[in-house]
Amino acid sequence: MKKMISLLVHNRPGVLSHVAGLITRRGYNVESIAAGLTENATRTRISLVVSGDEWELSQVTKQLSKLIDCIEARDIKYSEAVIGEVALVNLDVEPERRPEIMTLVNTFGMRIADLDNNTLILQVVGSTHLVDMILNGLAPYRIKTIARTGLVVLPSERCEKQEHFL
Amino acid sequence: MKQFHDTDLSGARMIVSFLEKAGVKVVFGYPGGQIMPLYDAIYEAAFTHIITRHEQAAAHAADGYARATGRVGVVLATSGPGATNLVTGLATANMDSVPLVAITGQVPTVAIGNDTFQEADIYGITIPVTKYNYLVKKAIELPQVLAEAFYLASSGRPGAILIDVPKDVQNETLIPPEVGSVRLDGYNPDPVLDEVQIASFAAILTQSRRPVAYIGGGVTISGAENELFRLVTESDIPVVSTLMAKGSFPEEHELSLGLLGMHGAKYANLAIHESDLILALGARFDDRVVGDVNHFAPGAKIVHVDIDVAEIGKRVSTHLAVVGDLKRVLTRLLTLVTPIRRPEWLRQVVALKGKYPLLISAAGDLEGIKPQSVIRAIDEATCGEAIIVTDVGQHQMWAAQFIVSRKSRRFLSSGGLGTMGYGLPAALGAQVGCPESQVVLITGDGGFQMNIQELATIRENDLPVKIVIINNGCLGMVRQWQQFFFSRRYSQTIWKFNPNFAAIAQAYGIPGHTVDDPKEVTGAIQAMLAAPGPQLLDFKVVGEENVLPMIPSGGGQTDFYDA
Ligand SMILES: Cc1ncc(C[n+]2csc(CCOP(=O)(O)OP(=O)(O)O)c2C)c(N)n1
Ligand SMILES: [Mg+2]
Repeated sequence: MKKMISLLVHNRPGVLSHVAGLITRRGYNVESIAAGLTENATRTRISLVVSGDEWELSQVTKQLSKLIDCIEARDIKYSEAVIGEVALVNLDVEPERRPEIMTLVNTFGMRIADLDNNTLILQVVGSTHLVDMILNGLAPYRIKTIARTGLVVLPSERCEKQEHFL
Repeated sequence: MKQFHDTDLSGARMIVSFLEKAGVKVVFGYPGGQIMPLYDAIYEAAFTHIITRHEQAAAHAADGYARATGRVGVVLATSGPGATNLVTGLATANMDSVPLVAITGQVPTVAIGNDTFQEADIYGITIPVTKYNYLVKKAIELPQVLAEAFYLASSGRPGAILIDVPKDVQNETLIPPEVGSVRLDGYNPDPVLDEVQIASFAAILTQSRRPVAYIGGGVTISGAENELFRLVTESDIPVVSTLMAKGSFPEEHELSLGLLGMHGAKYANLAIHESDLILALGARFDDRVVGDVNHFAPGAKIVHVDIDVAEIGKRVSTHLAVVGDLKRVLTRLLTLVTPIRRPEWLRQVVALKGKYPLLISAAGDLEGIKPQSVIRAIDEATCGEAIIVTDVGQHQMWAAQFIVSRKSRRFLSSGGLGTMGYGLPAALGAQVGCPESQVVLITGDGGFQMNIQELATIRENDLPVKIVIINNGCLGMVRQWQQFFFSRRYSQTIWKFNPNFAAIAQAYGIPGHTVDDPKEVTGAIQAMLAAPGPQLLDFKVVGEENVLPMIPSGGGQTDFYDA
């Protein structure tokens, strides 16, 4: 099983070490972790995807909320948040085959991030499922390198309100 | 050019002045290069500094001081090896929720990260063994960090805090900023009680016919002894206790079943097994207590009260969780429960007690001194008035079984981490904190040698700690496991040499005697307790004695090894 957690923490030096340390110490498996500043410079939002059995997953959020730096740790359901990830894919394609790729690029709304004679870097944005699918679709071409941000999660008030009224 | 004012303080002075204002009476520590500015400021501090002979011992001493007094223990050390020597002490304290603040020197900020002489990333190293830690980069942060550290150490579920202070930060001079009251977003040390939960708690309790209170260190931490006493005596609830809770319910009371778990009395574990409701009060279902989770209290509902949400459901699933300060929860609960008598259940429990008494195995005194008889003699001579400190091993478990504790903070032992070498320094720390109390250390011939150098600190400060060595010539607890689970292959557990401990004590200026005659046990203990100043008794006891009963690791509540 997997779950998404959105973690709001104080932006103090060492906060990532505390989060990462807790995760390894308690033996949780992290599929992805993405951190960045928020609207408030003293706070950082960390999006986590953790895998494990049901019991493990029930513990992670409680342990994370216990971190002194943690302001809020929330389990995120798909219905409650806007989620997505970015992947950058460096492809090795001869210029003749590039038109084929362009159809894929257009169909899936990818962006060309870098281009010259021997480089084609595509930027993919979307759900993990979409990114996985596109990477599969690109597999027949030679993929040199990939970088993925991991899931970024932002709880949405609109979704929350709906949840509230349900 | 920088302007200097009379109100300017160096970082080091700020630390000292904070400690003074916080009412700190004593700190334990050990100096070195990168903490010299702080030690210079300590030269004229209003509090006492006790120098130990090893930083680990300073940390344990501060821990013993904190456990005995309930105040925050403070320990200082220099960078690199000084700081790394604290790690075991921090882990020991943090595991048992003991409030401790460690302040370490660090190489100057510009030098950090360069593998500078005596540099160690103590901030990184101690993340997993502290409640929180700090690396202070500017002196202006110090007042806030110190205030937070003391607040965090002692609030909510207490723990160990480390503050790493580079040398230049100790020297940096400025007007210290005012610090208001500390508030940390997202840190909620005193959760608001949920009335609905407490009402269900009362309802479940009223319905129960065979309840057992399983009490942990939380009782002492929240000071809930009186409320607990009222609850269990008014409603006929037998009490089983963890090592950490020893004494927070008087063990001579008929409702007390003493320790539960691996080396608990058989009747305590059987009472749990037969109960229909477990009230887990400030306890965390440690594996040494619960054994096999699937066979723990099979017929019982579990109500778990804890201030730490993360403990709820960590090891066993509970029927009802009440999050909050135990004293407040029980106070509220007492207004909701109507006392009920449960004579049948009490009769059943008394019958268990009669059927499976906790005995010293009766092999006769011919073979030599039974270790348990030494502990019993200490118990009889001190009548629950002394602060008993233990090390880790068989003697610790015998002490837990045979010392009848009557009050909180009178039985100090490393529970969660099980740290050998804890006893001697913790005893000296407890004695510093409670100069009027009789402090008795019960230690093993192994653990005693892990911090034996502290005899010097004890002598130097004239601390009247009474030291009792249960000398079985081996690492008894490990030997016992080898006997039971490794077909008596005593790998590296039986010493080929042990020193003359009495002579060592004498060399440190502490009267020491060896006792090997069973008939002399009681007299020797009485003489030792009556004598002034520190004293050491080395009891040569039979080596093959085992701690019984024993539920093997991961076993169920009814799987006993017996005498
Ligand atoms: C620092 C440390 N190292 C190793 C252990 C493992 N250990 C637990 S009990 C024990 C034996 C202790 O021997 P001793 O101090 O003589 O006490 P006894 O069991 O003989 O009473 C050992 C080695 C430990 N708990 N702590
Ligand atoms: Mg021994």
